[in-house]
Amino acid sequence: MAQHKVKYFQDGGAPIALTTVDKIVNFGRSNSLWPLTYGLACCAIEMMATGASRYDFDRFGTIFRASPRQADVIVVAGTLTKKHAEYMRRLYDQMPDPKWVISMGSCANTGGMFNTYATVQGVDRVIPVDIYLPGCAPRPETLQYALMMLQKKIRRESAFLSKKKKRLV
Amino acid sequence: MRKYTPKDNVQKKAYYNDRFYVSPTIPRLDPNSDEIYAKDIEDIKSKVTILESYIENGELVIYINPEDNVKTLKLLKEELEYDMLMELSAIDYIATRNGFEIFYEMLSMTKHKRMRVKCFIEVKQTIESVYNLFKMANWSEREMYDMYGVKILNHPNMKRILMPDDWYDHPLKKSYPLHGDELAQWYEVDHIFGKEARAEIGPEERDDAAIDRYDTTRFARLGHEVPFGVEVSEGNETETPLAYTEEGGVKLFGKRLIKDLDEKKSKILDERR
Repeated sequence: MAQHKVKYFQDGGAPIALTTVDKIVNFGRSNSLWPLTYGLACCAIEMMATGASRYDFDRFGTIFRASPRQADVIVVAGTLTKKHAEYMRRLYDQMPDPKWVISMGSCANTGGMFNTYATVQGVDRVIPVDIYLPGCAPRPETLQYALMMLQKKIRRESAFLSKKKKRLV
Repeated sequence: MRKYTPKDNVQKKAYYNDRFYVSPTIPRLDPNSDEIYAKDIEDIKSKVTILESYIENGELVIYINPEDNVKTLKLLKEELEYDMLMELSAIDYIATRNGFEIFYEMLSMTKHKRMRVKCFIEVKQTIESVYNLFKMANWSEREMYDMYGVKILNHPNMKRILMPDDWYDHPLKKSYPLHGDELAQWYEVDHIFGKEARAEIGPEERDDAAIDRYDTTRFARLGHEVPFGVEVSEGNETETPLAYTEEGGVKLFGKRLIKDLDEKKSKILDERR
């Protein structure tokens, strides 16, 4: 019988790997962030550019999904009108937990230049936002950076869902 | 138009003593000065009362009674070859004349002429739909109702077109506040969370000049980001330099998944490839 010493705690010592649950779960979550195919205004054009080949979201494991049931992230790209707010909230509610929100551009952050009766003054009045992305419209690099920041945020979180309600405002 | 004043010695005197802009008035010509229009007016006059008519910017404008609007447009379309209705809407004159001016912009493709038919209605007065003559009027009249509250008779689908169906008031009226009335300001909150959530969510920030670098619930300072709601005062601002990943990279199974950005090794291109 062949005798060998298994160095469990070294790389390649055995066909097992040790890590923490948080790390392995967050590894999966942060590297397969699937955003919802959802655009509201001109920011959506930049979001499409970010998804296309020049900037290439796919290398982050970010693939746009056409159904909220399969999405982890909703990128609110554009002006949210009061008439539409209800439907965006419904899409957000349809997404399975855990879910994150990127508010893209001035209009989504604060209402932007549309300081009027018909525009929601910041999507954080409707859904809890994780990343606020400034710009009008933000360049694709900015959205990429926001996604990397979100990945960083996810890696910091505990893998187990906290029961704490996400703050709304 | 604003009078031209030489501005070569502007340091010495304020040249804005004519700061209130007076809009230029376009001369109104006699409608008989154009022979096509003169003939059109003769034809219209024989069937419909014309209250006023003139040519402005090379375009004939006629004022009629609001009851005659369908009759006039039918005459224009079927006999006078004004075969297109380009636009119709209302103008708010509630403050000065307690009513709306309704205008119909007509275009003749054969005569290469345009004509504007105008009529005045009181605030609660209704006006007949021209949908049976021009299908285009369907959405335009709905928009007119949505934005000004002008009620249309015999319209096939008389409801709002842009604003939600349960919206209160008509937002293009001059009396409508730009930031919306109370119901408009709480519209999305009332609909999604209910009225009882108003206190929790709070009123909208409508001051677009509001900037406070120490307000961490509303603002983030680039390079000095802190978590939401942390109290920051002058002097204890922590610096957080731009970083793409955590310090030391991201590791899994003891291996580096994502390498650290080494700024010395990275290269900035002089121009786009």
